[in-house]
Amino acid sequence: MNIELLSQYLVAGITYGTIYAIVAIGFNIIYNATGIINFAQGEFVMLGGMIAVSLHAFMPLPAAILAAVLATMIIGALIEIIFIRWLISPSVLRMIIITIGISIFIREAALHVWGESVRALPYFTGTEVTVFSVGDVHISPQVLWVTGISAVMVMLLTFFFNYTLLGRQMRACSANRDAARLCGISAKNMVTLSFVLSAGIGAFAGCVVSPITYVQYDSGTGLAIKGFTVAILGGLGNSTAAIAAGMVLGILESFSVWVMPAAFKDVVSISILLLILFVRPSGIFGSVEASRLKEF
Amino acid sequence: MKAFKMLAVLMLTFMIMAAPALAKDTIKIGAILAVTGPAAFLGAPEAKTLEMMVDEINKKGGIRGSKVELIIKDSGASPEKALSFAKQLIEEDKVLAIIGPSTSGETMKIKSVAEEGKTILISCAAAEVIVNPVAKYVFKTPQMDRDAVIKIFQQMKYMKLSKAGVLSSNTGFGKAGKEQIEKLAPEYGIQITANEVYDKAATDLTAEVTKVKASGAEAIINWSIEPAQAIVIKNARQLGFKGPIFQSHGFGNIKYVEAAGEAAEGVIFPAGRLLVVDILPKNHPQKAVLMKYKKDYESKYKEDASTFGGHAYDAMIILTRAIEKAGSTDKEAVRNAIENLKGVVGTGGVFTFSPQDHNGIDINAFSFEMITVKKGKFEILESSAKKGNSKKK
Amino acid sequence: MRSRYAPILFFSAIVIAVQILTFATGRQQYLTQLTMTGYYSLVIVGLCMLMGYAGQISLGHAGFFAIGGYVSAFLTTYDLTQLKGNLLIGFFSRTGLIVTVQDLYGGDALVFHPWMACIAAVLMTVLIAYVIGGPVLKLKGHYLAMATLGFGTIVYKIVLGTSFFGAADGLSDIPGFKLLPGLEVSGKTAVRIQNYYISWGMVALGMLLLTNLIHSRAGKALRAIHSAEDAANAMGVNTARYKLNIFVLSAVFAAVSGVFLTHYNGGIGPSEASIMKSVRYVAIVAIGGMANLWGALSMGIVLNFLSLRGYFGSYDDAVFGVILIMIMLFAPEGLLRREVFQGAKKWISGRGKAEGQKT
Repeated sequence: MNIELLSQYLVAGITYGTIYAIVAIGFNIIYNATGIINFAQGEFVMLGGMIAVSLHAFMPLPAAILAAVLATMIIGALIEIIFIRWLISPSVLRMIIITIGISIFIREAALHVWGESVRALPYFTGTEVTVFSVGDVHISPQVLWVTGISAVMVMLLTFFFNYTLLGRQMRACSANRDAARLCGISAKNMVTLSFVLSAGIGAFAGCVVSPITYVQYDSGTGLAIKGFTVAILGGLGNSTAAIAAGMVLGILESFSVWVMPAAFKDVVSISILLLILFVRPSGIFGSVEASRLKEF
Repeated sequence: MKAFKMLAVLMLTFMIMAAPALAKDTIKIGAILAVTGPAAFLGAPEAKTLEMMVDEINKKGGIRGSKVELIIKDSGASPEKALSFAKQLIEEDKVLAIIGPSTSGETMKIKSVAEEGKTILISCAAAEVIVNPVAKYVFKTPQMDRDAVIKIFQQMKYMKLSKAGVLSSNTGFGKAGKEQIEKLAPEYGIQITANEVYDKAATDLTAEVTKVKASGAEAIINWSIEPAQAIVIKNARQLGFKGPIFQSHGFGNIKYVEAAGEAAEGVIFPAGRLLVVDILPKNHPQKAVLMKYKKDYESKYKEDASTFGGHAYDAMIILTRAIEKAGSTDKEAVRNAIENLKGVVGTGGVFTFSPQDHNGIDINAFSFEMITVKKGKFEILESSAKKGNSKKK
Repeated sequence: MRSRYAPILFFSAIVIAVQILTFATGRQQYLTQLTMTGYYSLVIVGLCMLMGYAGQISLGHAGFFAIGGYVSAFLTTYDLTQLKGNLLIGFFSRTGLIVTVQDLYGGDALVFHPWMACIAAVLMTVLIAYVIGGPVLKLKGHYLAMATLGFGTIVYKIVLGTSFFGAADGLSDIPGFKLLPGLEVSGKTAVRIQNYYISWGMVALGMLLLTNLIHSRAGKALRAIHSAEDAANAMGVNTARYKLNIFVLSAVFAAVSGVFLTHYNGGIGPSEASIMKSVRYVAIVAIGGMANLWGALSMGIVLNFLSLRGYFGSYDDAVFGVILIMIMLFAPEGLLRREVFQGAKKWISGRGKAEGQKT
């Protein structure tokens, strides 16, 4: 076995893993506040990337990203206010179907707005071919950007959910809506806020990964499926675990390419997901006891 | 019971919805294109091209004095829809010919429908199986994948390279190229060291490229048409792959060069001449046609003309010529006329059909040009294998 | 008792009436899309049984459809000529399970008889559905959705990555399926009318089966599961077994329609296995009303027919998305319900008054 080759596959796995993880974080925020999974999360990622690319023509990169994140946050808020806010205790099935519908709708709208062509933001540092090399192992600086930003994001979110009033209110709503309301928390506003937050994080993720992955009207779906996989693999609602799970999945995928045809890469990763779901639905890092208490 | 009544009423409504009656002297041409969906990069420019051409033809008074009516159906690259639309166009709209579908998979599904309905089908998909074996009513305009692969292999031999790592996407386009590469490699003494298929929506291909690189490939041949083809070259260069990278004719869109940025420098690929029309010599037989198409398309739609739109352009030109030549709009007469067309200049090449050849492009004289990327622009590759080396079949 | 069969008789009457109507108005071409619609409707009623009566979502039903279609397509096109010496093949050949067919270009090919292929496809589906269904149905909510979505994705990727399934191009030139002498599932114009009846006959048969099931003891158990699973369990209903059996049954519905539609179309492509297809099936069931077989059937007919006719043009998926959102927001129990009709009636007779009837 060649140690350099091994490390290179590892790096490839980390690249996949960070992309999946950063998408998974968005899923977890809405889940934390509402207990629902937003199937349109991938579309937030796509919208972030698309809007940023369009704006980048008129303004510098940081401004374009900021504007794209804000714009997507507004879209997220609108979606929640128009479609979800006024529903009275909708069933999980109904929420799944509504968010799937929203995702299809945003995707088709994006097709008619931006067309089918592919776009990308420039690399944050360096160019497409810049790499850090250790021996024959190479890593693109953008991968480090994505990893770093995911780490910072998770830290901020952990702080937010555990130590700020707003964050704790959001968690309270998820744990027990009625009790939270009795304590004077506006559950509805918390849900709206969670959509805004996750739309913003999704959009930011879209901007950060777009130099690597490119962005197209339908790129949200694929990212959403992988992000969802990672969110479940780590245990729904736990963003730190999502990063770890993302790495596990990415590295497994990368090594699967080594030993078998790459065409079956996704088959491997999803089979692993099914296996985890069957034996340990609370996720690799989730608590079994806690998941039993939750209503699905 | 309410549901039944509703059902009955709805059923009746459909039956009553009649297709508008049309004047007899229009020529009806159907088109089944993947305007949306995974193959939209093919179908969308094809549909726009056809609309543009039909507008122009009708403005000039039509073909032989008859207006052309174009019916475009969006299949979204689903074979079952293409099938339903093909039957609809043939039986209800009674079209003279169908242009499309955009993908090989769809074309293969409706081939037998066209044969049964005795309706001309001019496919915009490239796979060789479409016209080999020859079906009486089925034609196609894109160059053979085979020719593109031969061009690449000739170039590899010229550059004294014999080990190729092959990557392709899991679409019809990737599959067709991969098959031709596998088939032709022994003939050209090329050794395939790795042969990997990746997902069309792939977001990063570092692992795949690592595998190819580790296999000892001297050159990478990538066959796909999605954004992933830009990801391949980017990842290959990031991993420090120094050898040349060959792409398919699917790379012929400057957007992919922009997306790959610096990594795209030096990529070599075969392409139709539309890409380099500005630098073609004035006396080149295709120059006028290519210039016209490019100018018309770009001024009308404000986007770059692509080789794929050109496939539909060629199909329409062939059909127009055949109708003129046949002097009627009888399906049988027009079909025979296509088989006898000689020297029709299109965007993809010069077409000369025969009962044995339903593609009609001659590889030696007019088909692919080897193109490379220099400073973010397409250029004709100067140090390419000489034309004289080309061997036929 | 009479009321149970009345809808099916009424339904059959509509089927016949539509055929006569197309004949009388000279729009026989519509039968092509109607036939295809029939097979998709079969998937939908099967899924409706699973979603509405067993309360389980499945975002992977296109996977079962594809398993049926692809297995049958593969077995009826894969040329066994070079294996002729094989003892088993020789035996199959003598018993008529393998037949010689002529392909489009006049060559001979030795392939499995469609009946054999159909049975193999259904058995395969039953097997896979049992293996997958056991652990999958233990899950709930998002986990169930994800697991079925994952299953669908796996089937899609396998189909797309396997060269003998034709990868991205799918399989073409699939021969017709001779059910009985003179009765053939095939897209040829000559057999269009009989194919219309085969398709809708299957739907009627399927509906008969499902209505009987709903009215049986099993059906009561299912409804009990749907309204309160724990309570049903406590009352001694083996909920896991009932759910699994319904899952397998609905998978078989999907596989059978896959087999038939593949022979009718003469081909199958990977788009039939895609997630978007699964989502569409779920969408139609939801629009028709979860626990409303006739509602799901009618919506299935309307939407599939319109989509196959190409009325939505480039907005096909967008239309589905919008309908899905609207129905789930305003009429989560489905569109075809008495309340909705009454609301509509009031709205028509005297606007304004009906405002409160929206839900």
